[in-house]
Amino acid sequence: MDPQLPITNVTETLLAMLPEIFLFCWALVVITIDVVSKRKSETLAGYLSMIGLLITGILLSFSTYGKGFGNMFFNDPMAAFFKIIFISAAFMAIGSSFGITKKKIVNHRGEFFGLILFSTVGMMFLSASREMISLYIGLELTTIPLFVLAAFFKDEKLSIESGIKYFVIGAFSSALLLYGMSFLYGLSGTTDLLSMRLNIAAFHLTFKQIGVVVLISNIMLVAGIGFKLALPPFHQWAPDVYEGAPTPVAAFLSVGSKAAGLVAFAKMFLLALPAFYGTEMFPNDWGMMVGFFAACSMIIGNVVAIRQTNIKRMLAYSSIAQAGYIMVGMLALNEHGLASVAFYMFAYLFANMGAFAAVALFEDKTGSCQIASYEGLSKTSPFFAVSFSIFLLSLVGIPPLGGFMAKYKVFAAAIAQASAHESGQWIYWLVGIGLLTSVFSLYYYANVIRQMYFSKNDSPYTMTYNPAILTVLIIGVLGVLAAGLFPEPVLEFAGQISNSFGF
Amino acid sequence: MTEHSYLIVLLPAFSFLMIVFFLRWKEKIASLFSIAMIVTSLIMSISVLFETIARNGEAYTASFTMAQLGSFKLQLGLLIDPLTAMMLVVVTAIGTCVEIYSIGYMKDDPRFSRFFAYLSLFLFSMLGLVVSDNFFMTFIFWELVGLTSYLLIGFWFEKKSAADACKKAFLTTRVGDLGFLVGLLLIMYYTGTFNYEEVFAKIGMDVFPPAMLTLAAIGVFCGAIGKSAQFPLHTWLPDAMEGPTPVSAIVHSATMVAAGVYLTARAMTVFVASADASFFVAVIGVVTSLLAATIALVQVDIKRILAYSTVSQLGYMIMALGLYGYDTANGHHSPGFYAGTFHLMTHAFFKSLLFMGAGSVIHAVHTNDIRDMGGLLKKMPITAPTFLIGSLSIAGFPLTSGFFSKDEIVAATFGHPVFTVLTLLIAFMTAFYMWRLCFLTFFGKPRDEHRYEHAHESPKTMAYPLIFLAFMAVFVGWTGIPALSHGFASFVFHAEPYHPHADWMNYIVSSIVGLSGIGLAWLMYYKRKIDPDKLAERFKPIYTLFWNKWYFDELYDIIIVKPILAIGRFFWSFDANVVDGAVNGTAKVTLLWADLKWWFDRWIVDGAVNGCGWIVRAFGSLLKYIQSGRMQFYGLFILFFIVAAGIYKFESAYLNGWIFTDFLEVTTLFVILIGFLSYFAKTIVPESTTKPKREE
Repeated sequence: MDPQLPITNVTETLLAMLPEIFLFCWALVVITIDVVSKRKSETLAGYLSMIGLLITGILLSFSTYGKGFGNMFFNDPMAAFFKIIFISAAFMAIGSSFGITKKKIVNHRGEFFGLILFSTVGMMFLSASREMISLYIGLELTTIPLFVLAAFFKDEKLSIESGIKYFVIGAFSSALLLYGMSFLYGLSGTTDLLSMRLNIAAFHLTFKQIGVVVLISNIMLVAGIGFKLALPPFHQWAPDVYEGAPTPVAAFLSVGSKAAGLVAFAKMFLLALPAFYGTEMFPNDWGMMVGFFAACSMIIGNVVAIRQTNIKRMLAYSSIAQAGYIMVGMLALNEHGLASVAFYMFAYLFANMGAFAAVALFEDKTGSCQIASYEGLSKTSPFFAVSFSIFLLSLVGIPPLGGFMAKYKVFAAAIAQASAHESGQWIYWLVGIGLLTSVFSLYYYANVIRQMYFSKNDSPYTMTYNPAILTVLIIGVLGVLAAGLFPEPVLEFAGQISNSFGF
Repeated sequence: MTEHSYLIVLLPAFSFLMIVFFLRWKEKIASLFSIAMIVTSLIMSISVLFETIARNGEAYTASFTMAQLGSFKLQLGLLIDPLTAMMLVVVTAIGTCVEIYSIGYMKDDPRFSRFFAYLSLFLFSMLGLVVSDNFFMTFIFWELVGLTSYLLIGFWFEKKSAADACKKAFLTTRVGDLGFLVGLLLIMYYTGTFNYEEVFAKIGMDVFPPAMLTLAAIGVFCGAIGKSAQFPLHTWLPDAMEGPTPVSAIVHSATMVAAGVYLTARAMTVFVASADASFFVAVIGVVTSLLAATIALVQVDIKRILAYSTVSQLGYMIMALGLYGYDTANGHHSPGFYAGTFHLMTHAFFKSLLFMGAGSVIHAVHTNDIRDMGGLLKKMPITAPTFLIGSLSIAGFPLTSGFFSKDEIVAATFGHPVFTVLTLLIAFMTAFYMWRLCFLTFFGKPRDEHRYEHAHESPKTMAYPLIFLAFMAVFVGWTGIPALSHGFASFVFHAEPYHPHADWMNYIVSSIVGLSGIGLAWLMYYKRKIDPDKLAERFKPIYTLFWNKWYFDELYDIIIVKPILAIGRFFWSFDANVVDGAVNGTAKVTLLWADLKWWFDRWIVDGAVNGCGWIVRAFGSLLKYIQSGRMQFYGLFILFFIVAAGIYKFESAYLNGWIFTDFLEVTTLFVILIGFLSYFAKTIVPESTTKPKREE
């Protein structure tokens, strides 16, 4: 069905929304069943959640493109693609939580999984909106469960700290985002992003005097969304929160929440404000400003990651750096740009969720997050070592893994943008910084592999796998390999996103 | 075969690679392989020579473009003309002899295969230099032969004298190369090309201002001064004799040092266009020749005598070429070009023969000092006669090669009386010191019985090349006798064919000069009619001057080494930690240079590498303070950057971006700001208030 056609029939609209509705109900079911079954089973809630996500995925494949409730709900290729990413991220996060629900979260398993599902529902709504209010609500629905999840180890200082920090800084940046949005509403008189696009550009061209307002709202929006993306200089919460939060939650934050931020960014800037990207609408161009933040992100993320000894903090900085690479693709306003971002997210999903799953597994087993304690694992747990290495190498961007393909696509899109526009020469520098910092990144990723493979001592630990985490690891490895070796179907799908945005 | 002549160059390179990578530990195979390669090259060179003769000396060229930079092309190419063809045969023939000879001479050396690898590398570079069709490629191979010469002189680097000598050779020739580079760039600037033929064509078109042309020619000649050990850069060659004798035979007498002569001959058109430059060349040549001959008169080290003799003979050739350029520029005919290149060829054969003979003698008596030898004629039935033949040839004994080529050099000086007189004087001195050497070494009573007893003829691998070269030393010059209507002269002659005519007066005079030199040596060192010691006593100041090589080393020590050392000390005293006292003991510029290089490597090269790592780490440790753990600070941080971005945007909007426009600038500023704020955070947030203990 043509995405532009409004669905007038309420029933049909609800049917298009079925995956979200189902998942929301399922989350309530999970919590209820956990309570009713007196929280006896260690794994019931987890498996139920995973099954629910699978069913949501199946329902998703039946749902049609189209819009309903004005533009509040807008099912387009981007929504479909990112919903798959959100569901997969939630699935893998839940799959790697069985260790902690067995030992630590004994009394609130249902709530733990339910909150992850609620957050996923928020992300799905976010991705299916072309309207500021539903976008903001989706963002809040995504974030608020995550505040709770970050603080889920109630008797651990670090976890509480992480939750509070995330909450306060999140609220702060939410306010900024809302502030920026309100300016845009004031200028355009509409919350619908497509109408806004026309209104603001026309307004700007007519009066020439709205510069300062657009400028302020641009900065506010970048700061607000930059928080979700952990884009320096709005990144400081990330390492603290990742370190303190339960590992699967950190994983979900680093992939799901980041993807949600990307969707929000794409919708706000590429859909509503593309006219203000370049110097044509000088001085309100947001392109170069985001470019600075992306460059800072790649530099700071990669440089600081080198110094880390805690693997979760290392991965936090790594995800900060990855956000920078993704933003490079976002800055390419051509047919490859958004497609490359989506593809990057796809490859990053498997690699990063896989890596966090491995960390979670190791943490459950040993209670340690130190990189040094990974020493000699290749001898005692070869499968663990191989899969973890594959995830890390994919994050570096080593061919033939998915990460390489993703980085290649992103940089190629950026270079296409730079070569097509005279004013886009600075993108070459951005790509240059990206390539240079990729080299730095090899150092800290390979350091973990070195610990596992090139150590004289055998590790004192031997990994044991429960079925869920084994599934997650295998999905991760297959996903990374598939993204690297057979990227065409995904790329084709991703290409539709660019088309639906009009590039 | 000519179109495949690049193979002549590449075969030794192949041999080098094979030895380095595969045959390193198989000494016998390594040496045989490298000989097989050079013999193949020799056969091909001979066939190229015949083809060139068959073409009537027409040049064959082929080139491919390595890189194109705008209108400028960087090319590798072949230029096979008579001069090239002659040099190819000379280099490969002597190369073959030397490699065969080395099997015997280098036997039992722990780095036997490496020696052959270096020799092959040298032959590759030398042949590449010979065939190149443009200045740039010449320069590349020019530096390569410099490198291999350095490696070969310092082959026995355990010996301090050898290690010093190789550095001295490398550095001294580098001084000349600087001039070469300047000349090369001038040529490039004015003609827009490096290619010989195009450059020569352009010079005919008056693209050069005359002064610049002279400068360019002298610049190119500076390269020759360094490489051919001409005054004032001649001091390195005698020291270079610290290398193994086969190396002296090929690198430092026959081929590499002749590269300067070759270059001068190759670039003759440039010199012909500038009479001043040519005259400069001629003067340098004759001064060098005279200087070296006087020093050779009194030396006692067999190899050093030969080394000074080499310098002197090279000066001869250079002088002939310079006079040719001068005469031609002034519209006179001159046989100088022919004389210079002809002498280059004959000299290559008899001088390599002499060096290998000397090597054989040293091999037998284990000393370089001719005062400890004597009477070796009986002990060395092959070495001694061949050595004597070589000495006859270099002394200009009638009907030997040296006789013909030296006559042509004398003929080239006609019209310049001063040059003629000096040339004859040098010829006399040459005959004298060579035969002084011969009489002291092979005749008379042994002066050191012990050494004499143990002396023995060298193995066959060393003897056969001597016989071959002795044959060549006599007969190679016959290609240039005036009786041949199409001899060497008409073949090699630059520009138009030249037919030398028999000048009997010249023949007689130079025969008398040569023979009287031999005669005087005979009187003094064989018959002992004149006591050399008394003579030395009588002319003590002159003797001391010659003995101390005109004090050139001391002079350079005072005017170059000492000041540089003084400057060095001054800088070094700047920071004692930097120098580590390394320079305190240095008394030679060579060592100083080594330390300079060390300093450069350590602080600039390594520093750049380590510095990158250090900066990244330092930046990392600065940024870690950003995680002060206080969320108030985090919020402040966000706010700060919102304001910063606002200021930036405002500035670019309303101040027309006159502060920051460049992407990199602003990125750098942002990163620095983040770093600075982190430091700020560190100072305002006491360690103790950062809650639960964090890792970075």
